[in-house]
Amino acid sequence: MRKILLIALLFISTTSQAALNVFACEPEWAALTLQLAGDKVSVYTATSALQDPHRVEARPSLIAKAARADLLVCTGAELEAGWLPKVLRESANRAIASGAAGNFEAAKFVAMREIPGRLDRADGDVHAAGNPHIQTDARNFLPIADALSKRLMQLDPANAGLYQQQLAAFTQKWRAALGKWEAQAAPLKGVPIVVQHKGFPYLSAWLGLHEVTALEAKPGMEPSASYLAQVVSELKQHPAKMVIRAAYQDDRPSDWITQHARITAVMLPYTVGGTPQASDLYSLFDDTIARLLAGAK
Amino acid sequence: MFNFNYPGVAIAALLTHSLHAIAASDEDLQALQQRVQQLEQHAAAQTASSNAFNPDVSLILAGTYGRLGHDPAIPATGFAMSANPAHQQGFNLGESELGISANIDPDYSGYATMALSPAGGLTVENAYVQSSALGKGLNLKFGRYFSGLGYLNEQHAHAWDFVDQPLVYATLWNNQLGEDGVQLKWLAPTDTFIELGGEIGRGRGFPGTDTNRNGAGNGVLYAHLGDDLGIAHSWRAGVSLHQTQRNNALSNNVPDLLGTLGGVTNSFSGNSQTAGLDMVWKYVPDGNIAKRYIKFQGEYFQRHEHGTLLYNQLTSSSFSDTQQGWYVQSVAQFMPHWRTGLRYDRLAPGVATVGAANVANVISNYGFQPTRTSWMLDYSPSEFSRLRLQIARDHSRQALPENQIFLQYVMSMGAHGAHAY
Repeated sequence: MRKILLIALLFISTTSQAALNVFACEPEWAALTLQLAGDKVSVYTATSALQDPHRVEARPSLIAKAARADLLVCTGAELEAGWLPKVLRESANRAIASGAAGNFEAAKFVAMREIPGRLDRADGDVHAAGNPHIQTDARNFLPIADALSKRLMQLDPANAGLYQQQLAAFTQKWRAALGKWEAQAAPLKGVPIVVQHKGFPYLSAWLGLHEVTALEAKPGMEPSASYLAQVVSELKQHPAKMVIRAAYQDDRPSDWITQHARITAVMLPYTVGGTPQASDLYSLFDDTIARLLAGAK
Repeated sequence: MFNFNYPGVAIAALLTHSLHAIAASDEDLQALQQRVQQLEQHAAAQTASSNAFNPDVSLILAGTYGRLGHDPAIPATGFAMSANPAHQQGFNLGESELGISANIDPDYSGYATMALSPAGGLTVENAYVQSSALGKGLNLKFGRYFSGLGYLNEQHAHAWDFVDQPLVYATLWNNQLGEDGVQLKWLAPTDTFIELGGEIGRGRGFPGTDTNRNGAGNGVLYAHLGDDLGIAHSWRAGVSLHQTQRNNALSNNVPDLLGTLGGVTNSFSGNSQTAGLDMVWKYVPDGNIAKRYIKFQGEYFQRHEHGTLLYNQLTSSSFSDTQQGWYVQSVAQFMPHWRTGLRYDRLAPGVATVGAANVANVISNYGFQPTRTSWMLDYSPSEFSRLRLQIARDHSRQALPENQIFLQYVMSMGAHGAHAY
């Protein structure tokens, strides 16, 4: 009798360690969740580093995966407004509905930049909550990791001890890495750059880069010939070292400007998987800084 | 220690030093974080008001310029008793579509689309409540909505890839089937997208005849299957069934065997059953639809009707017919902001079985299959604006081939929700 009870208990305890189903909107959150939860979660990443997260379709496969998720980890700040609301509605999953405990919006835990004073589409595709590309500043991962760990503990209290441990380990390791990156990136302070899309304010603020101008006059709109001519003349007066773009962006505008000004085109991974070197959160920033340093020479 | 009675001074003092210079303990940082959070919330609360609960409102402005070869009121040959939502010649303000949506409470969300007609008047195109809170993969919708049959049926006009709907949608569904009723969908708990849906409704939209009666005027069943193949390919396939009772469905200007000038007015009462297949395949390199993509889609519908036909308001007889129609279409975004598309339409009116009383009156075999080929090019300066050129070679009316040229603009203002796949 005791043996049967023991076996039953063992069986129950192993089945209760079923992995939490996580639906991560972007690869950086998938990587962070894996860092904080290890094998206690089964993560599905909705987008890849080569996809523009603004422009994703609410495909059937996303709906099917969201229907079985226990936790949704996304940037928020309307970055996924083009597809996530539809996916949430069609998947009819109460656990991850907006406002539920299983709906984690990373942008809520960091200080947002570029919150527009006015909301007018004449300014292009502006986001009301501010610039959503928060993952480019490595420091932001600390408050987000803290909040995400707390959410994991809330949803999976049985493993709270493990999440606490993982958070402490991650925070220590990340702080050390931050110190290393900031030391490596010291030569980048004050370096003038051009951005292809206004998606780098957090990166520029962190590393002290000086954004001279943007190739996209207004977010989401093709620059006109007259605006590009304006950019070229501005670069003659205030030269920049490099023009940076994210891995998912078209290289034509950057290539065009390198032909009309003395400037290097640099492609940054932007998120985990954007380049072969950026295979996890640490190598993401290793690679980003290495590419920036190479472009600044 | 920081004196938190003077938070401004405290924060200023902290910021004048670099983070490394202060031996700040984790407690200090946490306390400071909390204080900053409180200040942020306070600032946010001051900007919030009852306006914050306002729904998302959007307005679609669209218009076309059409150059046609023949009178658009002439229906496709063999489909005189089907719908004919005709094109407009010259400058034409299409419908301006007002969309309003919001969460009602944690269980329900509401959507309404109202079409402001250029001739004046407001029609309610969609007004429904959706509940995603039933759990177990169930999704409930009630009110007025576009039926979930087929692939294009649920797409609003401003999201169409062409200026007009395929011929099969125009004739068999009067562009798209709208329902007043209840829709229940179930999403299977599988990795592959499997969705089953059922609807019952009033039977308001064509071919229904909006009859006042107890019970349901129509029923729809459908199943959708979809998945990804890698990061670049995705597809969805579906099968649908529609059934309605038609009561005194009037059709004017129907050509007859006697060659009556201007045609006759017929009335049909009977059962209408439609079955459909739909398929869409999208190839998006790297999954990045902002750059380039190509999609292929096709749909096929077959409608069988049998009942009683009253010819020319005089002679009544039995009547049954099976109509078919299909289209295939491909749209390619060959560079960011620019797309081109090609579509081929074909209809088959079928050979009707007409009762003895009307054999000499009613055309049973038109011996002609309407076809049309359309090409379009559109440019979208942003996600919210689109300009389109469409050229079509229309052979939908026997011996009346037609070249059609359209210019169109579709622009949206305000908060605009996500589009469907």
